[in-house]
Amino acid sequence: MSWRDDWRRVRAVALKDLTAERRSKSGLNAVTFLGVLVLMLFGFALGPDTESLREAATGAIWLAILFSGVLAFNRSYQLELDGGALEPLLLYPGSRWSIFAGKLLANLAFVGLVELIVIPVALVLFHVSIPDAWAAQLGVTLLGTIGFVTLGTFYAAMSSRSRSREVLLPLLLFPMMIPVLLGAVEASTSLLEGNVMRDAGAWIRMLLVYDVVFLAAALAVFEFVIEV
Amino acid sequence: MESVVNRAATAAPMASREVRWTTVGVAGLVLLVAAQVYGVLTSPPDRDMGHLQKIMYVHVPAAWNAMLAFLLVALASLRYLWKGRLADDLLAASAAEVGMLLTGLTLALGMIWGKPTWGIWWTWEPRLTSTAVLFFMFVAYLILRTFVDDAERRAQWSAVVGLLGALNVPIVYMSVRWWRTLHQMQSSPMTLDSSYTWPLRANAVALMLLMAYAVAHRYRSALMTQTADELMDRLALKGTPGGSRA
Repeated sequence: MSWRDDWRRVRAVALKDLTAERRSKSGLNAVTFLGVLVLMLFGFALGPDTESLREAATGAIWLAILFSGVLAFNRSYQLELDGGALEPLLLYPGSRWSIFAGKLLANLAFVGLVELIVIPVALVLFHVSIPDAWAAQLGVTLLGTIGFVTLGTFYAAMSSRSRSREVLLPLLLFPMMIPVLLGAVEASTSLLEGNVMRDAGAWIRMLLVYDVVFLAAALAVFEFVIEV
Repeated sequence: MESVVNRAATAAPMASREVRWTTVGVAGLVLLVAAQVYGVLTSPPDRDMGHLQKIMYVHVPAAWNAMLAFLLVALASLRYLWKGRLADDLLAASAAEVGMLLTGLTLALGMIWGKPTWGIWWTWEPRLTSTAVLFFMFVAYLILRTFVDDAERRAQWSAVVGLLGALNVPIVYMSVRWWRTLHQMQSSPMTLDSSYTWPLRANAVALMLLMAYAVAHRYRSALMTQTADELMDRLALKGTPGGSRA
């Protein structure tokens, strides 16, 4: 079992999930529209004042991503469970973590696509101009998304196969997401304002540590979750 | 599966163990009452807080013991994943129940203290906020357990969730602290006037004994329920060996 074999398995699982999604597109459409809808609701809740909208923009973007993205993760197992395809997938030779890594990549692409729509819409709705440090912003978004999708994909492996899966996933996931939410929102806000006192660097490092810790932990213990 | 049934065979030693744990519980209760009496009688009212300070005698030990319970959840979960004994999972669940109770007690007492002292029920202070997050993680852990029917699957999943939650505790604490850099001095015997330290210590020990009693009690009843379920299964399958897998 070389790394090349593992990578091929990871790619196969990811491509399979993405192909299924590309052919139906139902998940992507629904989740993206939900994200935009959450942004609209935030707009109504916060009122039309330009200044307060701008201040709340990063928080609203992340909550929109969290609330809509959480619906995507159960789906990524649901298709297989409905078709009775999870057991055959587990029976294939090779390491179990590659299934997780493949689904993780597919979900990253999925949530990335949702963000591609939701974030520009948020910039328009909340009157935020594209910041000078847009590259760093993208980096923060990527780090936050990796943390979110890692744990989302991981917990969905359990919640999708239990009762009340719609409630269980956010209950498990959101308390774990607090460092991601804080880190991403604070780093983005400080980059937007160009305010050095809020120290975006420290938050980016924390996001990096979070991603590494939970990526490693999820890959290590995924086998325990999927084998029962 | 086997280990739980084997434990049923050792029911006789369990009875004497029960007596021992009851002693621990009674001792904890007596000590708790004594510590309150001692604290109320001996420690003078605080310069700023007056007698409100007495809330600390339960609030702070409850927080300490909640952390201890969470540690127990993490250790038992790790041991379950390592050895695969269902009893360890039941121990983790019992510790999580007691931990959730203690975390809730910490939060409630903190609010009761905060209203007259700070004028507000809640503030987004780091320790408060991370305690609340811890509370939600305990709740999610216990809800997960109720949503999964198969014993082995429940054990495996909740062990993993418990471990990941424990990994997250320091990260949550650090991130919330950076978010709100106004620090509240942490209470420990070092930061207190000596007249307050002994009631605090006595309360900490008392609550620890009570926690140990509660965890042991829940653990034992969980073992019994498990054993009863397995015996029922066997009976239904007319004693076929391995019938408990059904």
